[in-house]
Amino acid sequence: MESTVLKVEDFSAYFGDNQILKNINLDTSSNLVTALMGPSGCGKTTLIRCVNRMHELIPGTKVTGKMYLKNDDIYAMQPIVLRRKIGMVFQKPNPFPMMSIYDNVIAGYKLNGIRLKKDEFDNIVERSLKGSALWEEVKDSLYRKGTFLSGGQQQRLCIARALAMNPEILLLDEPTSALDPKSTSAIEELIVELKKTVTMLLVTHNIAQAARVSDFTAFIYLGELIEFGPTEKMFTVPKDKRTEEYLTGKFG
Amino acid sequence: MKDHTAVRMIKDKAFRVIVILLACFSMLPLLLILYYITRNGIAVINWEFLTQLPRPIGETGGGIFNAVIGTGMLIVLSSILSIPFGITAGIYLSEKSEGKIANIVRLCVVVLQGTPSIVIGIVAYIWVVAPFHSFSALSGGVALSIMMLPVIIKATEETLKLMPYHLKEASLALGVPYYKTILKVILPTGLSGILTGILLSVARITGETAPLLFTAFGNQFMNWNLFKPIDSLPYRIFYYAMSPYPEWHTFAWGASFILVVLVLAFNLIARGVAVKWKVQF
Repeated sequence: MESTVLKVEDFSAYFGDNQILKNINLDTSSNLVTALMGPSGCGKTTLIRCVNRMHELIPGTKVTGKMYLKNDDIYAMQPIVLRRKIGMVFQKPNPFPMMSIYDNVIAGYKLNGIRLKKDEFDNIVERSLKGSALWEEVKDSLYRKGTFLSGGQQQRLCIARALAMNPEILLLDEPTSALDPKSTSAIEELIVELKKTVTMLLVTHNIAQAARVSDFTAFIYLGELIEFGPTEKMFTVPKDKRTEEYLTGKFG
Repeated sequence: MKDHTAVRMIKDKAFRVIVILLACFSMLPLLLILYYITRNGIAVINWEFLTQLPRPIGETGGGIFNAVIGTGMLIVLSSILSIPFGITAGIYLSEKSEGKIANIVRLCVVVLQGTPSIVIGIVAYIWVVAPFHSFSALSGGVALSIMMLPVIIKATEETLKLMPYHLKEASLALGVPYYKTILKVILPTGLSGILTGILLSVARITGETAPLLFTAFGNQFMNWNLFKPIDSLPYRIFYYAMSPYPEWHTFAWGASFILVVLVLAFNLIARGVAVKWKVQF
């Protein structure tokens, strides 16, 4: 059963007087990966940050239009409530350096003061680390600091941390841009595996990555949504000339 | 041509020797201080000296127990008073790098750091001693806490500014409120730097005499009451050294030895904390 998880309606974003996003309309369905691709500075990261309202950390931002997370108006919610429902993975792996692997996974509970029994936490940790394909590598060192892990492992730890909160959608902001090719392919395999259970919105500047892992692709250029559709279709028969030029490497 | 090279080599060598010599020379004052204090002070250090109270003029023997306890109380008191304000102000400055208030606060911190300690003593006198009509441990603690403030604020600000921004993002993206992000993520990660700052500020105030002269005042008896005058190591050294009695002079050396060891210990612990608890990203 597919249903709409995130609905974006006539959405625009501004930094000061600068319009970053122009009238974006987008639907993402459950258990699918939607890739946002486009050249640097096109607004794809801004769009993903508007979904969990992280853009509000920067003063002088303004948005118009609507976004709905499963029929709830995102901009009518409290940001802290909203962000607990949305997982986010960043460009650079950012585990909490003073916490163990175990504590990193349940950081969303610990930092928010949500108390559960020890065995419930144990279950969440195991489930989340298995979900991010890290369990086998770290099950004997759960109480070591997360920063001892390699870059790719740290990124999977960050994915586990997001999964632990049972997010309704997982935002991936160029999750492999700081990783080596081997870790990158591990993360890509993980994304394909994860979509059985989670809906994902993936920002990437890597065309091949979008082709490899996504079901739907949105091509954003200069703040405009140029084309949006099934990845296969877009990569074989792009409707817009700009999409074709981007895909064939004429710019971007 | 060959001569030139030889002359240059000699100049090069001479320069190196001079630099090393002058660098070593700058250590000389500290070594001499340690030497004199140890030579003159170590003889009187024994269990009695550390655990007995000063005796009245005419009696021999006695110790500096009340001064050791007094210094300890002053350190605890001034830490309790200054750490909350210092860390809070440091957080504010690190979070707000620009803005009118932040810049004013930053300027005040610099000026406060350069304010002569005797002036701070006078302020504490006016604030605490005058209203209570009595010299007191509390007023000494207030004076010393004002001296600790700029060091703690600067240390906190500098440490927290080094925290990577993505750490804060990670926490906020989990739906953690801003204040919890600061208190539970940013502060613990910067703990070693903040603790180092606190220990260095303690090391700095442990030997302060001037602000205590008309606040804590000094007391040859044991006192646990915060509202009564209290003894301290620097004051005891001052008092003994100014006296005409040879035995008290050796006591002054002994007390100096203890004080220097204390300050040295705080500095070494601060270094240890900075190295050992350093957080890796």
